[in-house]
Amino acid sequence: MKEITLRVFRYRPEAEAEPTFQEYAVPLRDDWAVLDALNYVKEEIDPTLSYRWSCRMGICGSCGMTVNGDPKLSCGTFLVDHAPGPITVEPLRNFPVIRDLVIEMTDFMQKLGAVQPWIIRDESDDDPDTELLQTPSEMDDYKRYSMCINCMLCYSACPVYGLDSKFIGPAAIALAQRYNLDSRDEGQEERLDVLSEDEGVWGCTFVGECTRACPKGVDPAGAIQRAKLIAANEAVKAFLLPRWVR
Amino acid sequence: MTTDFWQRLHRQRVPLLWWTSRRTYLLFVVRELTSVAVVWFVVYLLLLVRSVGAGPGDYERFLDWSAQPWMVVLNALALALAIVHTITWFMVTPQAMVLKVRGRRVPGVALAGALYVAWFAVSAVILLLVLA
Amino acid sequence: MSRERTSAEPFLWLLFSAGGVLTALAVPMILFLFGIAFPLGWLDPPSNAEIYTLLRNPLARLAVIVLCGLGMMHAAHRLRHTIRDGLQLQRHGTAIAAVCYGTAAFLTAVAVVLVSVI
Repeated sequence: MKEITLRVFRYRPEAEAEPTFQEYAVPLRDDWAVLDALNYVKEEIDPTLSYRWSCRMGICGSCGMTVNGDPKLSCGTFLVDHAPGPITVEPLRNFPVIRDLVIEMTDFMQKLGAVQPWIIRDESDDDPDTELLQTPSEMDDYKRYSMCINCMLCYSACPVYGLDSKFIGPAAIALAQRYNLDSRDEGQEERLDVLSEDEGVWGCTFVGECTRACPKGVDPAGAIQRAKLIAANEAVKAFLLPRWVR
Repeated sequence: MTTDFWQRLHRQRVPLLWWTSRRTYLLFVVRELTSVAVVWFVVYLLLLVRSVGAGPGDYERFLDWSAQPWMVVLNALALALAIVHTITWFMVTPQAMVLKVRGRRVPGVALAGALYVAWFAVSAVILLLVLA
Repeated sequence: MSRERTSAEPFLWLLFSAGGVLTALAVPMILFLFGIAFPLGWLDPPSNAEIYTLLRNPLARLAVIVLCGLGMMHAAHRLRHTIRDGLQLQRHGTAIAAVCYGTAAFLTAVAVVLVSVI
């Protein structure tokens, strides 16, 4: 069995102040992803290695890491595509590292919540026994943005977020758009408060790397530019029209 | 954000020249720097306008100055950057704007095509206005 | 929807976008004519009388002012962000913005002055 070397970022704050790299030789199996290799390391070589994973099939969003410099899901990055190696595995960039490949994601979770990611509507006229109907065309308006698995690869790819962690970030804005464009939702104005801050949509300089990194084809960059147009229109209206007209 | 781990979090530093580390970042910075050509264009246009307002002698001197080799090289470089600006602008516009006509989404290619047609039309109008 | 103060960012972005479209459409041909074609003799430049007549037209004057103004706003917005992010000068963000937009405002004023003396 041929082998391939994994060069893995190690950070053990209780033992050392600075991170190091550790190399492991793993079998180069045709069907193995980086995640399989990491599981092999943990089971057979070094049980102290820490990393997040869950579904191993690209839907839970847990296993985001930096593989050979690129933000990737470790369950979707295959060893044979990076042979003969070595493959460098580091934690997701732009996030503080807790330990080894595990990053601190509280900031991301807080930002997702800040855009109120749920259907906002006045339900007083809704019949509680009838569903809200939606045509396939109406669903197409937002469907792409609903594909986000919260894997944070886009935050890792975004240089603006790397330089200024106050930036609300691609996934949060795409998620806001998922609801803004949903025909059942009436909450666009409420979400605008958060999106129209300087660290909201206006932080984005349309690098577009978030869309390139996204494993689910969400196109957060497109969502952000569309949100900028909406926010700009609202700002112009707010400026020109007195409050009682709006 | 504070958590139980804040004292021992390792913060990865962003390198100063982060935009040299990836091809796509570098292309992004080049795209943004095409705006330098726009600044030069404004300066050049204002010098032209100034020379027209100042009289025939000044206008002729402007034309002669613009014919010097280093000026032509400079303007050729600016023209190249301006064209890069136009092309990259037309590349990102369909991603940034979703147009719906009668309930159906306009394909990005159609929007980009319309922009190129507009570019041709505006260029033709400028050409005719200046040469006529 | 309440906000304590109106942010300038949406308006700066709108000016940037408008400037981007205008410059994308108009700059190449103008630069080609006055920067390459006329100097190299590929085409005959307009005589002083012809271009003077063209620029006396109020629409042409407006076009020059708008092109310079929005073009400068476009460049100022882009360069402000590129300098701030490319050289990691976030702590000087306000100063960089002031220099960029200030230069844009200045050159727009120059455009207005130069156009009106024709």
